Amino acid sequence: MSEIPADLRYRDSHEWVRVEDDIAVVGISDHAQDAMGDLVFVELPEEGVVFAAGDEAGVVESVKAASDIYAPVSGEVVAVNEALEDEPELVNNEPYAGGWLFKIKMADSGELKEMLTADQYQEQIDSE
Amino acid sequence: MSNETTLIFQHSRPGRSATAQAPKPVSEDQLSAIPASLRRKNKPGLPEVGELEVVRHYTNLSTKNFAIDKQFYPLGSCTMKYNPRGANRAAMLPGFLNRHPLAPASHSQGYLACLYELQNFLKEVTGMKGVSLAPMAGAQGEFAGVAMIRAYHEARGDDARTEILIPEAAHGTNPATAVMCGYKVREVPVGKDGDVDLEALKEACGPQTAGLMMTNPSTCGVFERQIEAISKAVHDAGGLLYYDGANLNAILGKVRPGDMGFDVIHMNLHKTFATPHGGGGPGAGPVGVSQRLLDYLPTPMAGLDEEAGDYHWIDTDTLPTSIGHLSAFMGNAGVLLRAYFYAMVLGREGMIRVGEYSTLAANYLLKRLEAIGCQAAYPERRASHEFILTFAKQAKDNHVTALDIAKRLLDYNQHAPTIYFPLLVPECFLIEPTETETKEAMDDFIDAMAKILEEANTNPETVTEAPFTQPVRRLDEVKAAKELDLVWSE
Repeated sequence: MSEIPADLRYRDSHEWVRVEDDIAVVGISDHAQDAMGDLVFVELPEEGVVFAAGDEAGVVESVKAASDIYAPVSGEVVAVNEALEDEPELVNNEPYAGGWLFKIKMADSGELKEMLTADQYQEQIDSE
Repeated sequence: MSNETTLIFQHSRPGRSATAQAPKPVSEDQLSAIPASLRRKNKPGLPEVGELEVVRHYTNLSTKNFAIDKQFYPLGSCTMKYNPRGANRAAMLPGFLNRHPLAPASHSQGYLACLYELQNFLKEVTGMKGVSLAPMAGAQGEFAGVAMIRAYHEARGDDARTEILIPEAAHGTNPATAVMCGYKVREVPVGKDGDVDLEALKEACGPQTAGLMMTNPSTCGVFERQIEAISKAVHDAGGLLYYDGANLNAILGKVRPGDMGFDVIHMNLHKTFATPHGGGGPGAGPVGVSQRLLDYLPTPMAGLDEEAGDYHWIDTDTLPTSIGHLSAFMGNAGVLLRAYFYAMVLGREGMIRVGEYSTLAANYLLKRLEAIGCQAAYPERRASHEFILTFAKQAKDNHVTALDIAKRLLDYNQHAPTIYFPLLVPECFLIEPTETETKEAMDDFIDAMAKILEEANTNPETVTEAPFTQPVRRLDEVKAAKELDLVWSE
């Protein structure tokens, strides 16, 4: 059973968002890291890049697959998790804490309402 | 089976050598063309071993190999079928082997005749209007194909086309090819039945569409039933259709990409036409085109002056609109020759049987595996040449994953199928038996799978800890990916 914290919002492509004022912290879910298997490489966006919601923002690569990461909300990238360069396994070990990917300064916090709640995301996983 | 896993370097002792492999002494004269700054100062660190030690070492290693010569090899998406030895023998006739690549056409008539006839054969079997054998591999064939699409739009001044559409179930190399050729990729979703979501495709088509890249039968192992509607939607938008020949084996002689409306196709001769592949050996990725793209075919090609009966090279001097050369000479000659002999031996009737028997084998295996409790990813669909099973249930209930089952198959002397591909099916196997396997070989595989499913229920550790019988147990794939080190050092 994978962990799905109730206070986060989710995208159907398995990214999560934690809101800290006008900043959205982005990562991938416990379910996603489990399905990917051991990560060996994480490609992150550069700080300063501006995304629209749904843009390709990075790539996570495991021993069995490479998968695109999409920006869950629009805005400018203000920080990336540089620790992942040497320790991509952080995403496996603590997907909701040390394994965060990047932070976006949200252009429109209304977009969060479009995202899935923990219950809705759980439902999606169950139906997969 | 010997469990020796030493490297050849560990057998090295100073002064030992094999005369047959010893380098000839080089004089200063012969070196003069290489600037002193580019010459190495130290001897290369090669192992010093006698001939017998080399023979024993590699013979022992070869017995550890899982290979089509030893085992059933149902690697989906890759068509690891048996390649007849005869085609190899014919391609190694001294006249072919000793021909210098710079030999003039007048001294290469036999070779050129084979290439010319192979071009014609491939044209006929795919329904295309022209074929070039120049691409050296599947990836280069894809590159040539999309480069021709680009050349076509550019020649018409149609420079607003920036996107290539690619269904989710396409072969994995397609997006990479589109990006290499300077296009943006737009993914098109696939429905629950494995067919393309036609409405989504129509919505995605527009004046920005340069083309669509498709694999049919797709990586889902099913034949795209709406291909004519897809073809129309893309053509109506002014785009061209690219056919990835990865799965051509399933439809050989039965359906032709040209008749489905494709404008360009690449074929993997090293999958379908008698050259073993995998391990990065030489390949051949000929491209076929519709009328629209004839002017852009890569060179050189083999041509025939019918009056004089002479074969010649067609090159950019007579075809200036060509996308040009893809390599120094003419593809991988040996692979092209094997394909020629394979085609000549099978003929039209044999080619149809390739498609029929590979499809029959896949459907036999699928039905029998379903009967022993395997879950098909698309149970309502008939398999083409390959099919997908999903072990999501075993992963959830018993914590036995597709990887575990694949490893356990090795203990039963079966090569594992492709796993975790395509990405859209969780915990999947992609299985392709091919037309060259007997019913008995497939039955052995089915028996092994039945035992493993039973073990997954009753004694899951025998699966999750497998393999037990191989020279090595589970390899550290993470370390291999993160700290790849291929250089021998003491």
